[in-house]
Amino acid sequence: MGFIFSTILKRLALGVMTLLVVSVIIFSGMSMLPGDFSQAILGQAATEETVAAFRKEIGLDRPPVLRYFDWIGAVLHGDLGTSFSGRTQTGQTEAREVADLVGPRLWNTLFLAGVTAAISVPLAVFLGLMAALFRNSAFDRTVNATTLTTIATPDFFVAYILILFFGSLWQVFPSLATVDANMAFGERLYKISLPVVTLALVILAHMMRMTRAAIINLLASPYIEMAQLSGASQTEIIFKHALPNAWAPIATVVAFNLAYLVVGVVVVEVVFVYPGIGQLMVDAVTSRDIPVVQACCLIFAATYILLNLTADIIGIITNPRLLHPR
Amino acid sequence: MTEPSSPYSATSETGQTFKRRGRWERMKIALKKAPWSARLGMFVVFIYFFTAIFAPMIAPYGEAQVFPEPFAIWSAEHLLGTDQIGRDVFTRIIYGARNSMGIALVTTLLSFFIGGGLGLVAAIDRHWVDQGLSRMVDVLMAIPSLIFALMLLSIFGSSALNLILIIAVLDSTRVYRLTRAVAINVAVMDYVEVARLRGDGLGWIMRREILPNIMPPLVAEFGIRFCFVFLMIAALSFLGVGIQPPTADWGSMVRENASLIQFAKYDLKAAITPLLPAGAIAVLTVAVNFIVDWFLHQTSGLRDGR
Repeated sequence: MGFIFSTILKRLALGVMTLLVVSVIIFSGMSMLPGDFSQAILGQAATEETVAAFRKEIGLDRPPVLRYFDWIGAVLHGDLGTSFSGRTQTGQTEAREVADLVGPRLWNTLFLAGVTAAISVPLAVFLGLMAALFRNSAFDRTVNATTLTTIATPDFFVAYILILFFGSLWQVFPSLATVDANMAFGERLYKISLPVVTLALVILAHMMRMTRAAIINLLASPYIEMAQLSGASQTEIIFKHALPNAWAPIATVVAFNLAYLVVGVVVVEVVFVYPGIGQLMVDAVTSRDIPVVQACCLIFAATYILLNLTADIIGIITNPRLLHPR
Repeated sequence: MTEPSSPYSATSETGQTFKRRGRWERMKIALKKAPWSARLGMFVVFIYFFTAIFAPMIAPYGEAQVFPEPFAIWSAEHLLGTDQIGRDVFTRIIYGARNSMGIALVTTLLSFFIGGGLGLVAAIDRHWVDQGLSRMVDVLMAIPSLIFALMLLSIFGSSALNLILIIAVLDSTRVYRLTRAVAINVAVMDYVEVARLRGDGLGWIMRREILPNIMPPLVAEFGIRFCFVFLMIAALSFLGVGIQPPTADWGSMVRENASLIQFAKYDLKAAITPLLPAGAIAVLTVAVNFIVDWFLHQTSGLRDGR
């Protein structure tokens, strides 16, 4: 057991390291801003004093290393800085705290991603298993052809086709996923049905194909053939011999695709005008509101790293070779 | 005594010099044996490139030419109607092929130049250069590329040049990984060692000793990366931070006309209009995938069916 523990600790340390380096990269974005930036934010008519005060406020007058430690310290305390938008030429500011902007939207995005994952993960693993077990059958071929098509299509194409059929021709689902804080759970689910289906279709395809490939890979290994030759039944082979070794690849597949979901939400949120963090980020990019972009980028990157870390750890924990050391 | 008209003679048969099939001939034979999916893929890609190259001759109007009637219906005058400010949609789809594919192609080439070059250097070096580059790539790959691209675009601003540079650099991490992985197997071979002892320079070893031997996986990867880059540019343009108007581009065309879908009940043709550029993207991606699958099957057992 001690060996597993130290392996996991090593992976965790590596994950924290990666996250730190990523935060340095995201932070240095602020230093790479072109010089005329303050004017772009405050307007052409901004006075020199306003520009100087603004530069002082975002700390451009201090060395970058110091600023980084201030910034990361504040982020760890939940203070993500102040948005660039809502500033005027005279220096008066109505800018909002980034944390206030991000907070409720982050919850919305997590809700959307959570519902999608809850539907698509079990379905994809089940379909992938089935396709692997009955490979080359009609079922396998149909599933393969369908998934290849969905993988090759851009996310927004899938989304608009769904809108065309279910939001416009037969108006069964709302084509705009406008939700607010005091909405009942059921109504909220109904509102996000089309975005969830879009996201599920996209990651289902990836997940299913990868699960199928992982299982087929496993079923081709010599010890499975040995089990078959020794007369083990089909169910015994799958549940006793194949599945314990399959957890690691399946966990990797699931985590990889949930990480893909992180990116997928950006486009889908924009299509369905869903008030999530992805849409916030795109808006912030358009208006070049760097603190908001940094905050969103940090959240997305952290989620991505965390998911991959989880997959690795599940892989370590469920590895039979590590569980029963000689 | 007369000679028989066609006498068999072993000497004449063996006397003929053996002619190796030329590259062109081998390609023709391979093409003849290609499955229907690969042929279809090649046909589609050919049409796309033809449209892209001859866009100004095929398109009925100018790329940014504005007509008085916005959101016009499909007619003989405007084959697919006009968009929100009265530009001909058919014309813009044709020009879109040129812009979207041109930018994607340049980006992919650049990303292979960067990623492939560094990957080869890392595979030959295998010391601190390799370590440094590999760790850097690990960190870059820890951030989802669409998110990273969004952040960089917000810092540097979205122009076509920035778009190409940013996506090329982000995408080169994947190319680096693959090139390094396949080149490392070749770099340990004796003849590479000989070349090194002979005193050949790094550039020579990269181009003449290793590169020819790792070409097939790289060519296949080029097709796949082209699709990814193409989809990413389309997504960024769709989000409004990629290729900027008035340049016609499939991603932004979808966004600009998306509101028409709401009128599907009254005019189905109009509702399909915004989906056409998106469909064009999907068809190209599927076609390239067909070709890549066939190519991989041809060159190696790398991805044999199932």
